Amino acid sequence: MSTSPHLTSTAADLAAGIAAGTFSSEEVTRAHLDRIAAVDTEVHAFLHVDGERALEAARAVDAKVAAGEPVGPLAGVPLGLKDVLTMQGAPTTCGSRILQGWYPPYDATVTTRLLQAGLVVLGKTNMDEFAMGSSTENSAYGPTRNPWDTSRIPGGSGGGSSAALAAFEAPLTIGTDTGGSIRQPAAVTGTVGVKPTYGGTSRYGLVALASSLDQPGPCARTVLDAALLHQVIGGHDPRDSTSIDAPVPDVVAAARSGDVRGLRVGVVRELGGEGYQPGVTQRFTEAVELLSSLGAEVVEVSCPSFEQALAAYYLILPSEASSNLAKFDAMRFGLRVGDDGSHSAEEVMNLTREAGFGDEVKRRIIIGTYALSSGYYDAYYGSAQKVRTLIVRDFQAAFETVDVLVSPTTPTTAWPLGERVDDPLAMYAADLCTIPSNLAGNASASFPVGLSPEDGLPVGLQVMAPPMADDRLYLVGAALERALTERWGGPLLDRIDALQEVPA
Amino acid sequence: MALTPDDVAKLARLARIDLTPAELEHLAPQLEGILEAVASVQQVRDADVPPTSHALPLTNVFRPDMVQPSLPVEAALAGAPAAEESRFRVPQILGEEA
Amino acid sequence: MTDTVLSYEDAIASYDPVMGLEVHVELGTASKMFCGCSTAFGAPPNTQTCPVCLGLPGSLPVVNATAIESAIRIGLALNCSIASWCRFARKNYFYPDQPKNYQISQYDEPIAFEGWLEVDVDGEPFRVEIERAHMEEDTGKSLHVGGATGRIHGASHSLLDYNRSGVPLIEIVTKPIEGAGERAPQVARAYVQHLRDLLRGLGVSEAKMEQGALRCDANLSLRPDPSAPLGTRTETKNVNSLRSVERAVRYEITRQAALLREGGRVTQETRHWQEDSGTTSPGRSKETAEDYRYFPEPDLVPVAPDPAWVEELRATLPEPPAERRRRLLADWGFSDLEMRDVVSSGALDLIEQTVAAGCAPQAARKWWAGELARRANETGVELHELAISPAQVAGVQQLVEAGTVNDKLARQVIEGVLAGEGEPEQVVASRGLAVVSDDGALGAAVDAAIAANPDVAEKIRAGKVQAAGALIGAVMKEMRGKADAARVRELVLERLS
Repeated sequence: MSTSPHLTSTAADLAAGIAAGTFSSEEVTRAHLDRIAAVDTEVHAFLHVDGERALEAARAVDAKVAAGEPVGPLAGVPLGLKDVLTMQGAPTTCGSRILQGWYPPYDATVTTRLLQAGLVVLGKTNMDEFAMGSSTENSAYGPTRNPWDTSRIPGGSGGGSSAALAAFEAPLTIGTDTGGSIRQPAAVTGTVGVKPTYGGTSRYGLVALASSLDQPGPCARTVLDAALLHQVIGGHDPRDSTSIDAPVPDVVAAARSGDVRGLRVGVVRELGGEGYQPGVTQRFTEAVELLSSLGAEVVEVSCPSFEQALAAYYLILPSEASSNLAKFDAMRFGLRVGDDGSHSAEEVMNLTREAGFGDEVKRRIIIGTYALSSGYYDAYYGSAQKVRTLIVRDFQAAFETVDVLVSPTTPTTAWPLGERVDDPLAMYAADLCTIPSNLAGNASASFPVGLSPEDGLPVGLQVMAPPMADDRLYLVGAALERALTERWGGPLLDRIDALQEVPA
Repeated sequence: MALTPDDVAKLARLARIDLTPAELEHLAPQLEGILEAVASVQQVRDADVPPTSHALPLTNVFRPDMVQPSLPVEAALAGAPAAEESRFRVPQILGEEA
Repeated sequence: MTDTVLSYEDAIASYDPVMGLEVHVELGTASKMFCGCSTAFGAPPNTQTCPVCLGLPGSLPVVNATAIESAIRIGLALNCSIASWCRFARKNYFYPDQPKNYQISQYDEPIAFEGWLEVDVDGEPFRVEIERAHMEEDTGKSLHVGGATGRIHGASHSLLDYNRSGVPLIEIVTKPIEGAGERAPQVARAYVQHLRDLLRGLGVSEAKMEQGALRCDANLSLRPDPSAPLGTRTETKNVNSLRSVERAVRYEITRQAALLREGGRVTQETRHWQEDSGTTSPGRSKETAEDYRYFPEPDLVPVAPDPAWVEELRATLPEPPAERRRRLLADWGFSDLEMRDVVSSGALDLIEQTVAAGCAPQAARKWWAGELARRANETGVELHELAISPAQVAGVQQLVEAGTVNDKLARQVIEGVLAGEGEPEQVVASRGLAVVSDDGALGAAVDAAIAANPDVAEKIRAGKVQAAGALIGAVMKEMRGKADAARVRELVLERLS
């Protein structure tokens, strides 16, 4: 591990130190840039790093502090932005060859809020192509490796954002979650990932995978850091019609409180048991017992329609994606193949999409095209939307009796790179537990609850709360974090083996 | 539900992807496997359940009819693979007589 | 390629036409349907664009409130029901002028449905049933380069301008129009004209066909008789003037009739109206029917107009056109024939405004339906496009009534106004058109005329007063029409009595 104490600090502590003038944002930023230079050849969490820009942003915050001007609660803290969100002056590739070198002419709303709050964007983090995947192996620019074991996947699609946290390359990252792309990577890297209520954070400038499911959210190493970041990026955005026009729940207060006494916690019967790795089940069960010992009322809850969630999801997502990705056609931006005067516009579209999209993107576009085509719509897309209604109803019924639902975040810990690359169904199974919350739009998060005894790899516990009750996620997460840190004698990530630092 | 390489080729044409014969052979069984795995949703096909298209029940989100500044034309065209006379240049369009 | 056609009389004697008209109207909102870019016409290319209407990755649409309001008002004016809940849908198809490769439209949930519009065809009412009116967005424009005359065929490449991309459109679709018989072409024209007037009356669109702000697609099929099932239809696109609507329908009737007469079959296809040749030509045939894969637009939330709001909007509707015509007929005292003329020449609004500017109804009618209609016809423009305002026409008539000009000079005043020479009074002054009633100038001319026509003068002296016309004519000629004819007559008779 590198020598700088800034690397293992929480974002909250870094922000406090910067605001107090104890140390500078430039110093903190430089430490992280050095760390990236040292380890990212191995981890490959970043697709693009702009050190000059980051240092300039850091110095701007330092100047404000020196001038006695007020700065935001995370000002000066470095951050990695998932490469699916636009930021002017940096390429946005979505992990795809078809967008290689595309510089968007506008900022995503999330980006705007980060920059306005004085966060220092180090660069863009790696991801499965167009966020399709659970391992980050579908990136056209090569996979990201799990810092716990670099022969294993860091989760996906936001493997770059989770690995950057676990490798101490950044204290904060932004992810996006369509079926688990924040929570599953958080689980397999021992970090915190929150999918806000659908509409709680703006999708403007988030390159759409499945519009009715996508949601940006905070990724961090601690619950409070995630809450602080959630507070910065959340809230109504008039540029996003699906944005909720209401204040963000007080997630920071919840993260500071962590009081779960009297909280009714429902364990979802359908998300566990057979097919779940024993060590995952064990750590999950221990964590639930811990919540109970902290004063929560734990009951078992049944959500029978969750069994159908995966099937509905893998119809709704490809359908929306097939339409969302139609704009990648070589006409106005991005890759263009075959424009040599001998091919028509239509042929150039066909050639470019063939060359520019990877296998998983092609698979999902074809499935989506099929599911929406006349004659099959009712059987596939239409039926999937009915299943979606049943899942919403299951959640509503459950939340009449409990305040939050819990489950393991993923059925297994991180698997070896390459194991599921050409087995889409095995890959899809990683999202089994996370998908229902995307279909219903409610808030959900993953928190680290230990290492699986079999393989010594992190296990995550998923908390699901009703729409606009995001604060309850943080209440549970903070309670677990406090009790477990005490039990472990330090944060889980203290137990990660030092990464080999490779000079860039 | 059998999905042949021919079926996949038709879908690929509709989706404007020029798949190679090798890809068609490779993808067809995978796609068929996926379709089998998701076919269970059809259990509710005839159920009296309304479809959900949007996660949350928002309605009537409008913006006032006010003009906002355009992107500068250079910025609009900056990402274009080819541009000419302040327009996006594209290969010949085979299509409807306009 | 030249189609075989039957004569119209022959065609209509053998077959019964059924039409379906789809009209696209660009709304006159300030900003686009889903973003804040300006909709102003004629701006330099790609200067009214943003990430949303360029379809850039990550951008999201937000609905224009005024467009919704206009759509509801149009629906109400067409006697439609307004949906209590409806959604936008994506219509998926690849085409370079469509930046997202899907169009945000409405599919099975239009905002307005089941209405009707009563139109006037040669003085008789004809009711056209409306199927639906729904909201969607316009596409960009392509410029085809390298081929002949900017046509798509033979072009080497195309240049795209997205200024129109995302301009709000309302598509108004009729039910099959049956029972029009031989008047089908006139019914089609009258429908589009009434619709255009209605849209202008609502203030939701200027509906300028020449700018593509109102476009008509005409579906047409023939059947042996009205009891037979519907025949195979064609859809003729690019019909962009009232005259073309009538001609295109007439042409398709004669073309399809010739095919059927020879035992052939009509191909279900899209055809394009060719203004220059007055014919239709087939579009590119597609391997398979387009599959648009409609599904609810996930980036937009449903529209559920509050019934109270709909009623508020209903209260803003102008008087329905049929009622208005009946009221004006009574107010103005026109004959049925005169009123029919006025309506068919598109002069109703103009006359109403001219009357409001102080002109007598019959005089206003005479100018608009006579002299001005003739000039519009000669130059091939619509009456309202002439460079003269109702107030100016009223001004001309006031000059006539004051005796400043006579009818003949008034026509020259109008010519001057149309030529951009200013207000009527300015034209009179600059062209020197005022009639001369000054006895000095007129007396000299009268004397000269008498001297030049002694035999005529003799007849008048002998009591043949009607012969005075010849001398008056001579004076008028001498004074280039600017003499006050009545005063000249008095002077002639004075001198020769």
